[in-house]
Amino acid sequence: MNTLHSVALVGVMAAVTAAIRFAPFLIFRGGKETPAVIRRLGTLLPGAVMAMLVVYCLRNAELTAPPHALPEVLAVAVTAGLHLWKRSTLLSIIGGTVCYMLLVQLVFV
Amino acid sequence: MSDRASWRNVFKTSLPVMAGYMVLGMGFGILLHSRGYGPLWAAAMSLFIYAGSMQFVGVDLLSTGAGLLTAAVTTLFVNARHLFYGVSMLERYHGAGAKKPYLIFTLTDETYSLVCGEAGEDLTYCIRLSLLDHCYWVTGSVLGSLLTQVLPFDTTGIDFSLTALFVTVFLDQWMKYSDHRPALVGLGVSGISLLLFGPENFLLPAMAGILALLLLPDRKEVKA
Repeated sequence: MNTLHSVALVGVMAAVTAAIRFAPFLIFRGGKETPAVIRRLGTLLPGAVMAMLVVYCLRNAELTAPPHALPEVLAVAVTAGLHLWKRSTLLSIIGGTVCYMLLVQLVFV
Repeated sequence: MSDRASWRNVFKTSLPVMAGYMVLGMGFGILLHSRGYGPLWAAAMSLFIYAGSMQFVGVDLLSTGAGLLTAAVTTLFVNARHLFYGVSMLERYHGAGAKKPYLIFTLTDETYSLVCGEAGEDLTYCIRLSLLDHCYWVTGSVLGSLLTQVLPFDTTGIDFSLTALFVTVFLDQWMKYSDHRPALVGLGVSGISLLLFGPENFLLPAMAGILALLLLPDRKEVKA
Protein backbone atom coordinates (compact mmCIF):
# COMPACT_ATOMS: atom_id res chain seq x y z
CA MET A 1 0.00 0.00 0.00
CA ASN A 2 1.36 3.35 -1.09
CA THR A 3 0.09 5.74 1.60
CA LEU A 4 0.72 8.93 -0.35
CA HIS A 5 -1.10 7.63 -3.42
CA SER A 6 -3.99 6.42 -1.23
CA VAL A 7 -4.31 9.87 0.38
CA ALA A 8 -4.32 11.40 -3.11
CA LEU A 9 -7.04 8.96 -4.23
CA VAL A 10 -9.26 9.80 -1.23
CA GLY A 11 -8.62 13.49 -1.92
CA VAL A 12 -9.65 13.16 -5.57
CA MET A 13 -12.81 11.21 -4.68
CA ALA A 14 -13.76 13.78 -2.02
CA ALA A 15 -13.03 16.75 -4.29
CA VAL A 16 -14.96 15.39 -7.28
CA THR A 17 -17.93 14.38 -5.09
CA ALA A 18 -18.06 17.85 -3.51
CA ALA A 19 -17.65 19.51 -6.91
CA ILE A 20 -20.65 17.56 -8.23
CA ARG A 21 -22.77 18.56 -5.24
CA PHE A 22 -21.81 22.25 -5.44
CA ALA A 23 -21.90 22.60 -9.23
CA PRO A 24 -25.65 23.21 -9.64
CA PHE A 25 -25.58 25.92 -6.97
CA LEU A 26 -22.68 27.68 -8.71
CA ILE A 27 -23.95 27.24 -12.28
CA PHE A 28 -27.65 28.02 -11.85
CA ARG A 29 -27.16 30.88 -9.43
CA GLY A 30 -29.28 33.41 -11.30
CA GLY A 31 -32.27 31.10 -11.60
CA LYS A 32 -31.41 30.16 -15.20
CA GLU A 33 -33.30 27.21 -16.60
CA THR A 34 -31.62 23.79 -16.52
CA PRO A 35 -30.45 22.80 -20.04
CA ALA A 36 -32.51 20.05 -21.66
CA VAL A 37 -29.51 17.77 -22.14
CA ILE A 38 -28.75 17.87 -18.39
CA ARG A 39 -32.35 17.04 -17.49
CA ARG A 40 -32.30 14.26 -20.08
CA LEU A 41 -29.12 12.74 -18.65
CA GLY A 42 -30.61 13.13 -15.18
CA THR A 43 -33.38 10.70 -16.00
CA LEU A 44 -31.38 8.31 -18.19
CA LEU A 45 -27.99 8.07 -16.49
CA PRO A 46 -28.93 6.54 -13.09
CA GLY A 47 -30.34 3.34 -14.58
CA ALA A 48 -27.39 2.85 -16.95
CA VAL A 49 -24.79 3.60 -14.28
CA MET A 50 -26.31 1.13 -11.79
CA ALA A 51 -26.23 -1.60 -14.45
CA MET A 52 -22.60 -0.73 -15.13
CA LEU A 53 -21.77 -0.93 -11.42
CA VAL A 54 -23.37 -4.37 -11.12
CA VAL A 55 -21.14 -5.54 -14.01
CA TYR A 56 -18.18 -3.80 -12.34
CA CYS A 57 -18.76 -5.75 -9.11
CA LEU A 58 -18.96 -9.05 -10.96
CA ARG A 59 -15.99 -8.35 -13.27
CA ASN A 60 -13.69 -10.86 -11.59
CA ALA A 61 -16.18 -13.74 -11.47
CA GLU A 62 -14.63 -16.88 -12.98
CA LEU A 63 -16.85 -18.02 -15.83
CA THR A 64 -14.63 -20.54 -17.61
CA ALA A 65 -13.29 -22.49 -14.62
CA PRO A 66 -15.09 -24.05 -11.61
CA PRO A 67 -17.20 -22.90 -9.81
CA HIS A 68 -18.27 -21.06 -13.01
CA ALA A 69 -19.46 -17.93 -11.15
CA LEU A 70 -22.07 -20.04 -9.38
CA PRO A 71 -21.70 -18.27 -5.98
CA GLU A 72 -22.19 -14.89 -7.69
CA VAL A 73 -25.18 -16.06 -9.74
CA LEU A 74 -26.88 -17.64 -6.72
CA ALA A 75 -26.25 -14.69 -4.41
CA VAL A 76 -27.48 -12.16 -6.99
CA ALA A 77 -30.61 -14.30 -7.42
CA VAL A 78 -31.17 -14.36 -3.64
CA THR A 79 -30.66 -10.58 -3.41
CA ALA A 80 -33.01 -9.88 -6.32
CA GLY A 81 -35.60 -12.42 -5.11
CA LEU A 82 -35.66 -10.97 -1.59
CA HIS A 83 -35.91 -7.46 -3.01
CA LEU A 84 -38.79 -8.22 -5.35
CA TRP A 85 -40.55 -10.03 -2.54
CA LYS A 86 -40.10 -7.69 0.45
CA ARG A 87 -38.84 -4.42 -1.17
CA SER A 88 -36.56 -3.83 1.79
CA THR A 89 -33.10 -2.69 0.66
CA LEU A 90 -31.47 -3.58 3.96
CA LEU A 91 -32.95 -7.09 4.09
CA SER A 92 -31.98 -7.79 0.48
CA ILE A 93 -28.38 -6.67 1.03
CA ILE A 94 -27.91 -8.61 4.27
CA GLY A 95 -29.62 -11.73 2.87
CA GLY A 96 -27.60 -11.71 -0.34
CA THR A 97 -24.30 -11.02 1.40
CA VAL A 98 -24.77 -13.71 4.07
CA CYS A 99 -25.72 -16.15 1.30
CA TYR A 100 -22.57 -15.28 -0.66
CA MET A 101 -20.33 -15.52 2.42
CA LEU A 102 -21.73 -18.95 3.29
CA LEU A 103 -21.27 -20.12 -0.30
CA VAL A 104 -17.63 -19.05 -0.66
CA GLN A 105 -16.66 -20.04 2.90
CA LEU A 106 -18.47 -23.38 3.25
CA VAL A 107 -19.76 -24.68 -0.09
CA PHE A 108 -17.33 -23.68 -2.85
CA VAL A 109 -14.14 -23.79 -0.79
CA MET B 1 -38.84 26.77 13.88
CA SER B 2 -41.67 24.34 13.37
CA ASP B 3 -42.39 21.51 15.78
CA ARG B 4 -41.27 19.14 13.06
CA ALA B 5 -37.77 20.58 13.31
CA SER B 6 -37.35 19.75 17.02
CA TRP B 7 -34.40 17.41 17.63
CA ARG B 8 -36.81 14.76 18.83
CA ASN B 9 -38.87 14.76 15.65
CA VAL B 10 -35.90 15.05 13.34
CA PHE B 11 -34.33 12.08 15.11
CA LYS B 12 -37.50 10.05 14.63
CA THR B 13 -37.63 10.92 10.93
CA SER B 14 -34.01 9.88 10.55
CA LEU B 15 -34.41 6.40 12.09
CA PRO B 16 -34.65 4.47 8.80
CA VAL B 17 -31.54 6.26 7.54
CA MET B 18 -29.80 5.46 10.82
CA ALA B 19 -30.52 1.75 10.38
CA GLY B 20 -29.36 1.81 6.77
CA TYR B 21 -26.26 3.94 7.33
CA MET B 22 -25.10 2.04 10.41
CA VAL B 23 -25.35 -1.36 8.68
CA LEU B 24 -23.98 -0.25 5.30
CA GLY B 25 -21.36 1.91 7.02
CA MET B 26 -20.22 -1.08 9.06
CA GLY B 27 -20.07 -3.16 5.88
CA PHE B 28 -17.88 -0.46 4.36
CA GLY B 29 -15.62 -0.30 7.44
CA ILE B 30 -15.20 -4.08 7.51
CA LEU B 31 -14.49 -4.26 3.77
CA LEU B 32 -11.99 -1.39 3.93
CA HIS B 33 -10.25 -3.02 6.89
CA SER B 34 -10.01 -6.34 5.04
CA ARG B 35 -7.98 -4.54 2.35
CA GLY B 36 -5.55 -3.17 4.94
CA TYR B 37 -7.06 0.28 5.61
CA GLY B 38 -7.99 0.81 9.29
CA PRO B 39 -10.45 3.00 11.24
CA LEU B 40 -8.68 6.28 10.47
CA TRP B 41 -9.13 5.69 6.74
CA ALA B 42 -12.78 4.72 7.30
CA ALA B 43 -13.39 7.90 9.30
CA ALA B 44 -11.62 10.14 6.78
CA MET B 45 -13.43 8.68 3.78
CA SER B 46 -16.86 8.78 5.41
CA LEU B 47 -16.30 12.30 6.70
CA PHE B 48 -14.88 13.85 3.53
CA ILE B 49 -16.27 11.80 0.62
CA TYR B 50 -19.61 10.92 2.25
CA ALA B 51 -21.10 9.03 -0.69
CA GLY B 52 -22.00 5.41 0.00
CA SER B 53 -21.74 3.66 -3.36
CA MET B 54 -18.66 5.68 -4.31
CA GLN B 55 -16.85 4.72 -1.11
CA PHE B 56 -17.44 1.04 -1.79
CA VAL B 57 -16.05 1.47 -5.32
CA GLY B 58 -13.29 3.56 -3.71
CA VAL B 59 -12.17 0.55 -1.65
CA ASP B 60 -11.35 -1.18 -4.95
CA LEU B 61 -9.67 1.90 -6.38
CA LEU B 62 -7.50 2.15 -3.24
CA SER B 63 -6.53 -1.50 -2.99
CA THR B 64 -5.71 -1.78 -6.69
CA GLY B 65 -3.79 1.50 -6.66
CA ALA B 66 -5.91 2.98 -9.45
CA GLY B 67 -4.74 6.07 -11.30
CA LEU B 68 -6.00 9.51 -10.21
CA LEU B 69 -7.73 10.18 -13.54
CA THR B 70 -9.57 6.85 -13.37
CA ALA B 71 -10.63 7.73 -9.82
CA ALA B 72 -11.86 11.17 -10.88
CA VAL B 73 -13.87 9.93 -13.87
CA THR B 74 -15.30 7.00 -11.90
CA THR B 75 -16.40 9.37 -9.12
CA LEU B 76 -17.96 11.66 -11.70
CA PHE B 77 -20.03 8.82 -13.13
CA VAL B 78 -21.02 7.10 -9.93
CA ASN B 79 -22.07 10.39 -8.30
CA ALA B 80 -23.40 12.24 -11.36
CA ARG B 81 -26.97 11.76 -10.12
CA HIS B 82 -26.20 14.17 -7.26
CA LEU B 83 -26.15 16.99 -9.81
CA PHE B 84 -29.88 16.64 -10.10
CA TYR B 85 -30.50 16.68 -6.37
CA GLY B 86 -28.72 20.02 -6.31
CA VAL B 87 -30.76 21.35 -9.20
CA SER B 88 -34.00 20.56 -7.37
CA MET B 89 -32.82 22.07 -4.07
CA LEU B 90 -31.59 25.38 -5.56
CA GLU B 91 -34.42 27.55 -4.35
CA ARG B 92 -34.95 25.86 -1.01
CA TYR B 93 -31.33 26.22 0.10
CA HIS B 94 -31.02 29.72 -1.35
CA GLY B 95 -31.50 31.53 1.95
CA ALA B 96 -29.54 29.15 4.18
CA GLY B 97 -26.64 31.57 4.70
CA ALA B 98 -23.57 30.19 6.45
CA LYS B 99 -25.09 26.73 6.73
CA LYS B 100 -25.63 26.45 2.99
CA PRO B 101 -22.24 24.87 2.13
CA TYR B 102 -22.78 22.12 4.71
CA LEU B 103 -26.32 21.45 3.47
CA ILE B 104 -24.97 21.09 -0.08
CA PHE B 105 -21.98 18.98 0.96
CA THR B 106 -24.19 16.48 2.82
CA LEU B 107 -26.83 16.06 0.10
CA THR B 108 -26.69 12.24 -0.20
CA ASP B 109 -29.39 10.06 -1.77
CA GLU B 110 -31.00 9.31 1.60
CA THR B 111 -30.78 12.85 2.98
CA TYR B 112 -32.17 14.21 -0.27
CA SER B 113 -35.12 11.83 -0.04
CA LEU B 114 -35.97 13.32 3.38
CA VAL B 115 -35.40 17.03 2.65
CA CYS B 116 -36.99 17.24 -0.79
CA GLY B 117 -40.48 16.86 0.66
CA GLU B 118 -42.67 19.32 2.48
CA ALA B 119 -40.79 18.99 5.78
CA GLY B 120 -37.67 20.36 4.09
CA GLU B 121 -39.20 23.81 3.80
CA ASP B 122 -37.91 24.35 7.35
CA LEU B 123 -34.14 24.86 7.06
CA THR B 124 -33.60 24.00 10.74
CA TYR B 125 -35.10 20.59 9.99
CA CYS B 126 -32.78 20.22 6.97
CA ILE B 127 -29.59 21.13 8.81
CA ARG B 128 -30.32 18.86 11.80
CA LEU B 129 -31.27 15.95 9.59
CA SER B 130 -28.18 16.41 7.40
CA LEU B 131 -25.95 16.47 10.48
CA LEU B 132 -27.54 13.36 12.04
CA ASP B 133 -27.26 11.37 8.80
CA HIS B 134 -23.60 12.35 8.39
CA CYS B 135 -22.92 11.22 12.00
CA TYR B 136 -24.62 7.84 11.45
CA TRP B 137 -22.51 7.18 8.38
CA VAL B 138 -19.18 8.08 10.02
CA THR B 139 -20.07 6.17 13.21
CA GLY B 140 -21.13 3.07 11.28
CA SER B 141 -17.98 2.89 9.19
CA VAL B 142 -15.61 3.44 12.13
CA LEU B 143 -17.55 0.90 14.19
CA GLY B 144 -17.28 -1.68 11.41
CA SER B 145 -13.56 -1.10 11.12
CA LEU B 146 -13.07 -1.43 14.91
CA LEU B 147 -15.30 -4.52 15.17
CA THR B 148 -13.18 -6.51 12.73
CA GLN B 149 -10.20 -5.97 15.04
CA VAL B 150 -12.12 -7.21 18.09
CA LEU B 151 -14.35 -9.93 16.67
CA PRO B 152 -12.48 -12.76 15.00
CA PHE B 153 -14.87 -13.71 12.21
CA ASP B 154 -14.13 -14.66 8.65
CA THR B 155 -15.04 -11.70 6.44
CA THR B 156 -14.34 -13.53 3.16
CA GLY B 157 -17.12 -12.60 0.77
CA ILE B 158 -18.26 -9.48 2.67
CA ASP B 159 -17.49 -7.45 -0.47
CA PHE B 160 -20.63 -8.90 -1.99
CA SER B 161 -22.54 -6.30 0.08
CA LEU B 162 -21.56 -3.80 -2.61
CA THR B 163 -22.89 -5.99 -5.41
CA ALA B 164 -26.10 -6.50 -3.44
CA LEU B 165 -26.48 -2.76 -2.89
CA PHE B 166 -26.21 -2.04 -6.61
CA VAL B 167 -28.55 -4.90 -7.49
CA THR B 168 -31.25 -3.46 -5.20
CA VAL B 169 -30.84 0.10 -6.54
CA PHE B 170 -30.88 -1.29 -10.08
CA LEU B 171 -34.16 -3.12 -9.38
CA ASP B 172 -35.70 -0.05 -7.72
CA GLN B 173 -34.92 1.99 -10.82
CA TRP B 174 -36.13 -0.77 -13.12
CA MET B 175 -39.50 -0.76 -11.38
CA LYS B 176 -39.68 3.03 -11.18
CA TYR B 177 -39.11 3.79 -14.87
CA SER B 178 -41.15 2.31 -17.71
CA ASP B 179 -38.30 2.94 -20.15
CA HIS B 180 -35.78 0.14 -19.60
CA ARG B 181 -33.44 1.16 -22.43
CA PRO B 182 -30.93 3.01 -20.19
CA ALA B 183 -30.61 -0.07 -17.95
CA LEU B 184 -30.16 -2.34 -20.96
CA VAL B 185 -27.65 0.06 -22.54
CA GLY B 186 -25.73 0.05 -19.25
CA LEU B 187 -25.69 -3.76 -19.06
CA GLY B 188 -24.89 -4.30 -22.73
CA VAL B 189 -22.16 -1.70 -23.13
CA SER B 190 -20.47 -2.69 -19.84
CA GLY B 191 -20.61 -6.39 -20.74
CA ILE B 192 -19.11 -5.84 -24.20
CA SER B 193 -16.49 -3.49 -22.79
CA LEU B 194 -15.55 -6.08 -20.16
CA LEU B 195 -15.05 -8.72 -22.86
CA LEU B 196 -13.00 -6.35 -25.06
CA PHE B 197 -10.85 -4.57 -22.48
CA GLY B 198 -10.72 -6.98 -19.53
CA PRO B 199 -11.65 -6.48 -15.85
CA GLU B 200 -8.98 -3.86 -15.06
CA ASN B 201 -9.56 -1.47 -17.96
CA PHE B 202 -13.21 -1.73 -18.98
CA LEU B 203 -14.71 1.06 -16.85
CA LEU B 204 -13.62 4.14 -18.85
CA PRO B 205 -14.59 2.78 -22.30
CA ALA B 206 -17.89 1.56 -20.82
CA MET B 207 -18.68 5.05 -19.49
CA ALA B 208 -17.81 6.66 -22.83
CA GLY B 209 -20.01 4.17 -24.68
CA ILE B 210 -22.94 4.65 -22.30
CA LEU B 211 -22.76 8.42 -22.58
CA ALA B 212 -22.58 8.28 -26.39
CA LEU B 213 -25.54 5.90 -26.67
CA LEU B 214 -27.71 7.82 -24.21
CA LEU B 215 -27.13 11.08 -26.07
CA LEU B 216 -27.57 9.52 -29.52
CA PRO B 217 -31.39 9.73 -29.90
CA ASP B 218 -31.18 13.41 -28.98
CA ARG B 219 -29.10 14.15 -32.07
CA LYS B 220 -31.54 12.27 -34.27
CA GLU B 221 -34.40 14.33 -32.88
CA VAL B 222 -32.52 17.51 -33.69
CA LYS B 223 -31.83 16.37 -37.25
CA ALA B 224 -35.44 15.33 -37.81
